[in-house]
Amino acid sequence: MTDTSAQISGKNKRSYPSFLGFALGAVALLVVAPAVLSDFRLSLLGRFVCYGIVAVGIGLAWGRGGMLTLGQGVFFGLGGYVMAIHLKLADAGPSGVPDFMRLYGSGRLPIWWEPFRSPVVTLLGVVLIPSLVAFGLGAAIFRRRVRGAYFAILSQALAAAFAILLIGQQTTTGGTNGLNGFRSFFGFNLFDPVNKRMLFFIAAVTLLVMLAIVWQLYRSRYGELLIAVRDQEERIRFLGYDPANIKVVAYVLAAAMAGIAGALFVPIVGIISPASVGVVPSIAFLIGVAIGGRATLFGPALGAIVVAWAQTTLSESFPSFWSYFQGALFVLVIAFLPAGLSSVNLLRNPLRRAGDLTESFPPSPPTRSADAVSLAPPEPGFSEVSAGSEGGG
Amino acid sequence: MTMDADYLELADVRVVFDGFVAVDGVSMTVLQGDLRFLIGPNGAGKTTLVDAITGLAPATGSVRFGRTELIGKKVHRIARLGVGRTFQTASVFEELTVLQNLDIAAGAGRPALSLLRRRSSVPPAVEEAMDTVGLTSQRDRQAGALAHGQKQWLEIGMLLVQNARVLLLDEPVAGMSAEERVQTGELLRRIGAERTVVVVEHDMDFMRSFATSVTVLHAGKVLSAGTVAQVQADPKVQEVYLGRAEVTG
Repeated sequence: MTDTSAQISGKNKRSYPSFLGFALGAVALLVVAPAVLSDFRLSLLGRFVCYGIVAVGIGLAWGRGGMLTLGQGVFFGLGGYVMAIHLKLADAGPSGVPDFMRLYGSGRLPIWWEPFRSPVVTLLGVVLIPSLVAFGLGAAIFRRRVRGAYFAILSQALAAAFAILLIGQQTTTGGTNGLNGFRSFFGFNLFDPVNKRMLFFIAAVTLLVMLAIVWQLYRSRYGELLIAVRDQEERIRFLGYDPANIKVVAYVLAAAMAGIAGALFVPIVGIISPASVGVVPSIAFLIGVAIGGRATLFGPALGAIVVAWAQTTLSESFPSFWSYFQGALFVLVIAFLPAGLSSVNLLRNPLRRAGDLTESFPPSPPTRSADAVSLAPPEPGFSEVSAGSEGGG
Repeated sequence: MTMDADYLELADVRVVFDGFVAVDGVSMTVLQGDLRFLIGPNGAGKTTLVDAITGLAPATGSVRFGRTELIGKKVHRIARLGVGRTFQTASVFEELTVLQNLDIAAGAGRPALSLLRRRSSVPPAVEEAMDTVGLTSQRDRQAGALAHGQKQWLEIGMLLVQNARVLLLDEPVAGMSAEERVQTGELLRRIGAERTVVVVEHDMDFMRSFATSVTVLHAGKVLSAGTVAQVQADPKVQEVYLGRAEVTG
């Protein structure tokens, strides 16, 4: 049974390529990158790894769950601000007040800042606050059967509203400036290069852990169920499932991952502001996922890191051209590789690729069934048809 | 009729869409072991009636499965009570394999946390259903790559593992070859012995070969009901339906 069960559970479930991917990823992030990159570049890579963590969650919610989450900036921001509040309070000392509050406000600490003096509350908050918000939103949205473009627009509007809310709170969240100027991270001096490298390792290991979680989910029964919900949400009800519950789980996990990424982003980059949580960053998260391959295990994280890396290096050489590169890349990938760059190796097996992409299969012509009792092989050409039918994603 | 037997009892079921009465006071009883065919011209309300029973279309009146009232319950609750259906266009999960499709259908009652584990073995019910519908050799094939008839059989298999005791099949043999129709009919007979089966169908030959009882719908109302012979002999049926359906169906 063990032999066949590995084989029957189908694609993306065979362990060998996944283990290889993990090994390569671990070596690249934990050995190669620290060895060849300068401290500055390593810190940059750390920032991109945070984007990669968000991307893993988007891959789960969007690639597998079909929820086009255009507002992950909200959860990224919630995690990031929780961490930033803690760091500001820690820098201000016990019972101290952060500098900007004395500059712009009354100098009194808002009551909801107080719990985040505690490192434990902070770490719990980083995970639980985005999760609970996502749970509340998700339960309300999915039970009302809001989906597709409406869900995307709604999630994007939330990101916009969240950024506007933050900007308006100059005295409690730093407004447009956000929160910055952190000096220490749980007692470690943030100006010490050793500690900065340690932050990179924490982010890299976190990314690998998130990938491992998603890997297990994809090979579990839940992973199969999520694909079923993505492709035939109404059908699954007639089998006795409430698709809202299934979607909420993926949405909450994606939010938790974004929150953790935001919390790591804060000490690595040294600032969190509305500019990193609004509509534009929320869409930027998505572009990497789409380019990397949203339904694959490694594609989203890889895409996010590569796109962010390309953005930084290309903008150094051609400051005003990045947007065009990004746009062109996006168009090319969507036009020619709608399943993302990770799908390239699947070209060798067109049927499998078709299966990856197909949402609405072309119905079989009635004439075909004339000889269909014998196991008719799939018609040649039908993989191309269905692969092309889903361009926009 | 004992209270515990499986049966489906509809009383004065009405479905109204924006003033249009799609189903207009239908009453009927389908007993366990019955292979009931629901026929009628296009627009007679056959599919809408199935939608009403399964919770998809808002209905008034009463649909009772044994002692349980179904109207007002949510789709997935009704499914969990043991009422399953198929669709005119086969709607299997095309990207998943035959086995995965069946495993999902078998799993609505699984504890949530157990879903986070990988399937370690094939559940016996899934194995059995695959055998019953003749898809054992296809189990690792993606459902999207199956032939049209096989997809319909897969859907029937999903109803079996779902443990549906009422099976509502919406045009299960549409688009099938003659040979596949016979196979499907025999399959329905086999599985129908201990279940309550309602088949919506346009195909009169198929109906004549396999129906044990027939309900004819016309303009949302029950026009006639009985055995195949009784229904065929009914002048009302001949007038509004069978004459024409022979040509078009």
